[in-house]
Amino acid sequence: MARIDLVSLSHSYAATPVKREDYALHELTMTWEDGGAYALLGPSGCGKTTLLNIISGLLRPTTGRVLFNGQDVTLLHPQQRNIAQVFQFPVIYDTMTVADNLAFPLRNRGWGASETRKRVEEIAEILELTGDLKNRASGLSADAKQKISMGRGLVRPDVAAVLFDEPLTTIDQHLKWTLRRKLKQIHAQLKLSLIYVTHDQVEAMTFADQVVVMYGGEVVQLGTPQALFEQPAHTFVGFFVGSPGMNLMPCTVEGGNAVVGSVRIPLDPALAQRAGGTGARLTLGIRPEFVELTRPGTPSSVPSPIERVEDLGNYKIVSARLGDQLVMAKVSEDEQVSAGTAHLRFPPEWTRLYADDRALT
Amino acid sequence: MQKIQDNRAWFLVLPVFVTVAFSAIIPLMTVVNYSVQDILGPDNRVFVGTEFFAGVLTDPDLHDALVRQIMFSAIILAIEIPLGIAVARALPVKGWRASLSLVVLALPLLIPWNVVGTIWQIFGRGDIGLAGYVVNALGIDYNYTADPLAAWVTVIVMDVWHWTPLVALLAYAGLRAIPDAYYQAAQIDGASAWAVFRYIQLPKLRGVLLIALLLRFMDSFMIYTEPFVLTGGGPGNSTTFLSQYLATLAVGQFDLGPAAAFSIVYFLIVLLFCFVFYTALQNVGRSRPAS
Repeated sequence: MARIDLVSLSHSYAATPVKREDYALHELTMTWEDGGAYALLGPSGCGKTTLLNIISGLLRPTTGRVLFNGQDVTLLHPQQRNIAQVFQFPVIYDTMTVADNLAFPLRNRGWGASETRKRVEEIAEILELTGDLKNRASGLSADAKQKISMGRGLVRPDVAAVLFDEPLTTIDQHLKWTLRRKLKQIHAQLKLSLIYVTHDQVEAMTFADQVVVMYGGEVVQLGTPQALFEQPAHTFVGFFVGSPGMNLMPCTVEGGNAVVGSVRIPLDPALAQRAGGTGARLTLGIRPEFVELTRPGTPSSVPSPIERVEDLGNYKIVSARLGDQLVMAKVSEDEQVSAGTAHLRFPPEWTRLYADDRALT
Repeated sequence: MQKIQDNRAWFLVLPVFVTVAFSAIIPLMTVVNYSVQDILGPDNRVFVGTEFFAGVLTDPDLHDALVRQIMFSAIILAIEIPLGIAVARALPVKGWRASLSLVVLALPLLIPWNVVGTIWQIFGRGDIGLAGYVVNALGIDYNYTADPLAAWVTVIVMDVWHWTPLVALLAYAGLRAIPDAYYQAAQIDGASAWAVFRYIQLPKLRGVLLIALLLRFMDSFMIYTEPFVLTGGGPGNSTTFLSQYLATLAVGQFDLGPAAAFSIVYFLIVLLFCFVFYTALQNVGRSRPAS
């Protein structure tokens, strides 16, 4: 169990990095609290695997330091950092039984036979692998193999943190739920620090207490799933989190309103005032969940012709046109949506403004 | 998509059929013919049944040659397979150094086999050969034309030099196919270099090693050119292996009947060994189904 601090960390895969584009990871400083369950969320190529490998010690960063409980471990190898990592596809030792697989890290440390066996049985019970202990690891299903990979990480009692690099990629859909639940159980039981890398926002949001969203080699937001949903700090977070993502429209601010094309949308006065001061490129953001469909004549409602209505089971998505922008609204199953023109209302408390993609608060 | 049925396709396969028929099937049938008949001339043939087979299988010279051959193949495999794997592990993983190493490593494989024999024949000579001269200068009495042990050592070293690169290349390809994550996981688990070899590399090389083993076994069991050029089977018949014995029988003594009979037996022996190796290696490491 350890608190992990990253200080002025950056990384480039180029031998002699010069330009900003050479860097896979731009300078970042952050803290991962001891015992926290973090998700590292972002699209492919955003630098999350690079960051994970730097934390685990498989990669040495170009600049900066990594501290475990205040101790500088930047130059230490993975085994010296006492980290555990679970990879995208199950990594097991094919010729060994499940028990031997789990015992392997302990035997390498010189543990005795009886204490090894005890610990292996403990971990096998937590992971529900007890019945398979005597079987050859290579004969099991993919989800069992991933559990073995996790087990090898958990079997060391003093493991600092367990890092997961998209571990459920090769697992069947219906088994993903059970494995995720198992991970939460382990977290609650063993109080370990867990860092879970994924590009799937559902996984991130259900698994983690805190989500770190990365984009283009930078951390754009660190917050709870709720914060990410209600207060996205970056247009990317708004777009990436949520299904469908946030509606983002370029706008300008005049008076107390945001102007999108020829449409005026009222804003929270404090927000409008701050936006007026910057010369930056402004974007209006509002989640489909908060866009309201009202009756014609409602104050500050905007008429927009409906392009299509998609029925997705327990909710509907209404796409309506606002100038040259398409706005999506998420409404409940039973709400009546008449064809023709919708009257959209944008509640000011849920309308966000972004200057150069960063949230204006 | 509908499967197209067109009998004209058979014409496309015809050239291959004809080629294989002439180069393999008809000669094989001829051999079978000669093995069960004593053919002294075009119109002079007597059916003798299994007489040649019985004679050949009880021939003491043949037994000696067979024993020599088995020993030779066993020694060759015992040296070349581990050595090939060791060389593959030592090669660079990527970059121009890797390409260069692979090319240099493969050079012995490109040399015509009788030239290989000639190279080592000269190399091992005490008067004008570098190796022969140096070994003798070091005080060791080395003369492969007179001493059977020296002849064996020379033939074995020559074969190892010639064919280990094949095993090394196959093992190298097999090693490159192992994903990095396995090495990373082993690093995290604190595994020693030996553990990495034993639990990750060796199991993952099983398929490749099977191919290497089969190829090297078959080729070494049928070896002819290199030892023949090097030692001519001597001194005496200490390096006369099976194929040379067979050739002497057929071409030298013109005993076509026994030679044909033994050819078939030879073929069946190689087939049997290959089957055993294949089955053994396929089943090593097979997992029991989870109960």
